[in-house]
Amino acid sequence: MVRLKKILNSQKVAPYVFITPFILTFLIFFVYPLFSTTIMSFQSVLPGQIEFIGFTNYRRLFSDKIFWKAVSNSIKYMVVTILFLIPFPMLFAFFIDKKIMIGREVFKSIFFLPALTSVVVAGTIFRLIFGELPGSLMNTVISALGMAPIKWLKIQKTGFAALIILACWRWTGVNMLYFLSGLKNIPEQLYESAAIDGANGFERFIYITIPLLKPTTIYVLTISIYAGLAMFTESYMLWAGNNSPQNIGLTIVGYLYRQGIEKNSMGYASAVGLILLIFTMGINLTQLRFTGVLKKEEE
Amino acid sequence: MKNEIDVFSTQENKKINQTQFPIKTTKKNITAIRIFLLIFFIILSVLILLPFYAILLASFKPGGELIRHGLNLRIQSDILSLNNYRFLFTGEHSYFTWFKNSMVLTILQVICTLIVSATVGYGFAVYDFKLKIPLFICVLLIMMVPFEILMLPLYQQTIKMNLINTKLGILLPFMANSSIIFFFIQYLTGIPRDIIDAGRVDGATEYGIFLRLILPIMKPAFAAMGILAGMNSWNNFLWPLLVFRESEKFTLPIGLNTLLTPYGNNYDLLIVGSCFSILPIFILFLCFQQYFIEGMTAGSIKG
Repeated sequence: MVRLKKILNSQKVAPYVFITPFILTFLIFFVYPLFSTTIMSFQSVLPGQIEFIGFTNYRRLFSDKIFWKAVSNSIKYMVVTILFLIPFPMLFAFFIDKKIMIGREVFKSIFFLPALTSVVVAGTIFRLIFGELPGSLMNTVISALGMAPIKWLKIQKTGFAALIILACWRWTGVNMLYFLSGLKNIPEQLYESAAIDGANGFERFIYITIPLLKPTTIYVLTISIYAGLAMFTESYMLWAGNNSPQNIGLTIVGYLYRQGIEKNSMGYASAVGLILLIFTMGINLTQLRFTGVLKKEEE
Repeated sequence: MKNEIDVFSTQENKKINQTQFPIKTTKKNITAIRIFLLIFFIILSVLILLPFYAILLASFKPGGELIRHGLNLRIQSDILSLNNYRFLFTGEHSYFTWFKNSMVLTILQVICTLIVSATVGYGFAVYDFKLKIPLFICVLLIMMVPFEILMLPLYQQTIKMNLINTKLGILLPFMANSSIIFFFIQYLTGIPRDIIDAGRVDGATEYGIFLRLILPIMKPAFAAMGILAGMNSWNNFLWPLLVFRESEKFTLPIGLNTLLTPYGNNYDLLIVGSCFSILPIFILFLCFQQYFIEGMTAGSIKG
């Protein structure tokens, strides 16, 4: 007993004791599921009947038009959210960080509020705002501009726009806070000396703020790729379920959910998941290499 | 000597001229910019607050009104009433069961995640051991794989382990949370080793050092991560949707989701319930704003 205590207390054993919960979680809830999903992707899994079918699931996927629809929706969503949710929050952070700005703290809080809501509540609100009744908020706005009411969530373009607006509403504030914390690392003197050299506000933003915010931008880009490709609940809530008209809101994860949970076809769903995994890892690693983060770590 | 002073003072004058000159001419400009920025941000704020206002307003209107005319900003004083709120607090429905479930689950999740993740983070931050680098790469690996990809096999795993439809099934896979571990590692590497060495000299065990010396100084990190974990848990949707199967066990987001029927017969409760579900987080946010912001932006500081 004393001996056991001594062993447990040695500085060689103690770290493993501390880390045990992680090792267990990693093995049981990461390695094993990943392993089993890989196996399943080569199987036809029906209740009580499992059959090895080689690459059939993958072959079927490549000719599955709905799958490609989901892939294109997810990629479009990822690209457009990146286009909106990096430049604008950066610009807003640049303005809010200015000393001449009045009420900075109040604006920071207001911008952050949407991030506090759950997707369920946010999705419900936006579904009603983009409702098809002539009296729904967006329709009252466009009819004030002299346009006829639109069935927003039944048309590809407007439905997609609603999804993007929901994402921007929820995440602009959070990304702005990321950039604000990045701005804190830029010394004030840099701006001052640039001002003395005659740089105007626009030039200071282009030549000082953007380059020095690179680490934050890379971080925001990484999580945007990750979240963009894995998006599901936003679309699920906006269309009150996983079935949007002509699949205009279907994402890769939505298709995985449809196949695995709704159609109980686990093997096929596993193949979808693995494609998404390879895709996410691929894009993120290329992006990190391209932006020079991985190189730095190697040195 | 005189010469020197002269040179100095002219330089000084030049400097003053240089810096004062632009300021004098731009004083008007600065006020203009200030007003412009203020108006710009007020407009943005109004747009951001609009959905909240719309849903709050709708919570005072009868649900039938919403189905007939949609969600809008019209204020018709004749139909505004507290009926929905009366129904929320006195009506026959499961809302407060879900609310209580969410509360309990959030508290459990925060406590478990913080304790387990802090322990793991401490192990990584303080010790040098053989498998440290490979295991740390595993932490990063989990961070890079979206949960959504693994949700199906994870769901099957919970069925196999008999954890389906239980709180433990929700909690167990996410107690050792990689992002939170990562944050704690960064936080703890900044702590001076002297504290630990002093503890060892005093004869404390490795675990005693962690419990008595380190945990107390981790309070700020706990606050930031606790808020992050709590918020994620309170708003968590996908995992509880897969794990819970009975209405009495539902959390708020899933419960509210079940009210979303195409017929809209539950709109009274849906709208007022949605409003009420945001309330606890808003109150916490008003009290602990700084920790919210720290928790949410913790990941990016690593740069």
